[in-house]
Amino acid sequence: MSPTIVQHALLLSLALFAIGVVGVFLRRNVITVFMCVELMLNAVNLAFIALSRAWGNLDGQVLVFFVLTVAAAEAAVGLAIIISIHRHKDTLDVDAFNIMKW
Amino acid sequence: MAGHSQPEPDSSHAAAAHAPAAHGAGHGGGHGHPPEPGFAGSPWLVLAAWILLAAGGGLLLKSFPDALPFAILLLPLLGFTVLAVFGDAIRDQGEGTGACWLACFTVLTSFALAVTAVYRVMQFPGGETGLRFTQPYLGYEWIEAGPFRVQMNLLIDNLSSVMILVVTGVGSLIHLYSVGYMSHDPERVRYFSYLNLFTFFMLLLVLGGNLPLMFVGWEGVGLCSYLLIGFWFTKKSASDAGKKAFIVNRIGDVGLILGMILAFYHFGTLDLVDLVGNATAGTEEGLWQFGPITTICLLLFVGACGKSAQIPLHVWLPDAMEGPTPVSALIHAATMVTAGVYMVARLAALYSLSPTAMTVVAVVGTATAVLGATIALVQTDIKKVLAYSTVSQLGYMFLACGVGAFGVGVFHLFTHAFFKALLFLGSGSVIHALGGEQDMRKMGGLWRRIPWTFGTFVIGTLAIAGIPPLAGFWSKDEILAGAYSAGWKSLFVMGVIVALLTAFYMTRALILTFFGSYRGDAETGSHIHESPWIMLGPLVILAIGSATVGFVKIPQFVEPALRVSEGAHAAPHGQWLPIFATAVAVTGMVLGYYLYLAFPEIPSRIYASARGVARVLENKYGFDAVYDRFASRVVVGGSEEVLWRGVDVRLIDGAVNGAASLTAAIARSVRTVQVGRVRGYALVILGGAVAVLSYLLWPR
Repeated sequence: MSPTIVQHALLLSLALFAIGVVGVFLRRNVITVFMCVELMLNAVNLAFIALSRAWGNLDGQVLVFFVLTVAAAEAAVGLAIIISIHRHKDTLDVDAFNIMKW
Repeated sequence: MAGHSQPEPDSSHAAAAHAPAAHGAGHGGGHGHPPEPGFAGSPWLVLAAWILLAAGGGLLLKSFPDALPFAILLLPLLGFTVLAVFGDAIRDQGEGTGACWLACFTVLTSFALAVTAVYRVMQFPGGETGLRFTQPYLGYEWIEAGPFRVQMNLLIDNLSSVMILVVTGVGSLIHLYSVGYMSHDPERVRYFSYLNLFTFFMLLLVLGGNLPLMFVGWEGVGLCSYLLIGFWFTKKSASDAGKKAFIVNRIGDVGLILGMILAFYHFGTLDLVDLVGNATAGTEEGLWQFGPITTICLLLFVGACGKSAQIPLHVWLPDAMEGPTPVSALIHAATMVTAGVYMVARLAALYSLSPTAMTVVAVVGTATAVLGATIALVQTDIKKVLAYSTVSQLGYMFLACGVGAFGVGVFHLFTHAFFKALLFLGSGSVIHALGGEQDMRKMGGLWRRIPWTFGTFVIGTLAIAGIPPLAGFWSKDEILAGAYSAGWKSLFVMGVIVALLTAFYMTRALILTFFGSYRGDAETGSHIHESPWIMLGPLVILAIGSATVGFVKIPQFVEPALRVSEGAHAAPHGQWLPIFATAVAVTGMVLGYYLYLAFPEIPSRIYASARGVARVLENKYGFDAVYDRFASRVVVGGSEEVLWRGVDVRLIDGAVNGAASLTAAIARSVRTVQVGRVRGYALVILGGAVAVLSYLLWPR
């Protein structure tokens, strides 16, 4: 694998991550925010894979499995929370969820 | 344990003791009339119980002769305990007469035992340090903290012998007198319990074998003085006077405590015998060289100033006259106020190593003598005259100590105890006769009405004025001789002036009270009566004492205990001095006679022409005013403005409240961050991540 491809992969990863960050901050729909978080996780996964190939080391690839597992668990819990909130608030706007303050 | 010793037939002191002891016992039995239901039923029962107790105690003392000082000491404490615990019950049953007699008995028995003890001291071979009771009675280590060891030991030597005789002897007479004087007071059980407690503490003071034990007695008598000055505490002036005495004495006690600490630091012991022993081995310090010994002596003298009413701490004693008159006689004339003189004499060996301290003692004593004598000239209250006279005479004692004639100082203490107690009790008899009147301007012409009081008062006046062969002459003459032969010509002259003034103001008091015509209101005048026998008896005994005790060779007697050679005393002085002193005294008395009896219009004319001087004297040289201003401005004002409003409110409260309000203010401004909006938090997290990353990745 040539260094150029690694560079491209990392750039793609960066782009995906940036899109995720922007989405998290700019979108109001909590489902969208959630998807953007997933996007960021997968951007990181991509970077792991690329760098793992580049250095001929499997550690990065192993880590990806962990991230996928955690992401799955997070999705399960997160979606459950979203449904629960939606039942209470009848909206999916994140800005409506502001009772966590003193 | 109570004990009534059999007076030794071959001792003159013991024989003397027998008279008052029998005196008291006889009337103890007789106190059944008027019959009273009080005090454990019958007075005969009390007497029987006392005799049993005395016999048992006597047997005990016979088998444990070394317990004698403890018996002397603890008897008044026993009396106090009984009166304090059962006082209310006794009072509720009868009128407390039994309680009064109980108090008298304890002190009388103590006196009898004291005579026995003194007899044994006089028999003591060598007589260097006298008897010293340490083991095994109570002789345990009282305080044991590293090198600081204090034993519970008592010391009876020639010096404390004199003191215990005065305390228990004059004390007994004043107890007896009080039975009559306080007979109308509903609180007299409390009064007698205090009086007994005082006797205990005073005995502890003079018998204590080390400075801390002496200090316990020292503080105890201060406490009793406070309690008895403020005995009629519902009167504002009395409770104020009590507080004043207590507080002024505390100021002196600071010096005493510091002196004790320094003495321990320097000598490693506070035992009086060891201390004096170490001091006799020490080297003399130079004049105005403030070495450790000088500092110790000066600090201890501050304590003596407080207790013995010397400048600048004399202000409490005249006010102490608010207490009952027998209290003034016992505490504020005969015993407690002489504690300072006793302490200085006790540490004579230490003081004589420091010419500086000796000079200070002599000068302060002389200044106080002059101050007291001059203020006494213008006092109109009969007790105030005697109070300032006491201040003045105490100054005389310190003058004697300061010129190195410690034994003579103790001699004057001894004689003064007699004639001043006599004068106070006599004035009490006058006040009693006039139903509480103390102003001499409302007296006069009383000699015909109360002849016994008058007769004894005259003897007291002659004694204090220094007319031979009465007691005051001998001791005063020796003080003047001591000052003269020590080379203190200026102090000698001051002493002569004070002697003149003393004779003068006492003659004035005598004439204003007893001669001329009665100046009070007719209502009081019609009720004038001679005091009962129980008051006159002590007066007569004290009058006999005032006339004769001058022949007792106290200086020679106490000299072995002082452990210091009295150069001044031994130095020869001309035969002219006694004659000169007598002439001075007679001049003073004749002057008093002319001014107040022969030409009574002259004093007011002198008064008018010397208005300024009179005002200075009436204001007591302004000590009270200055102290009052100091107290109200510096102490009260400083406490309010600086300590309360400044330090307490601003600094301490400010720090505490400030910490709280600072936290609140920070929290108030910071809590706006916590809006509860998730995206806001996420933004902060992002910001944080960017910051951390840029720090880590920044090219260095």
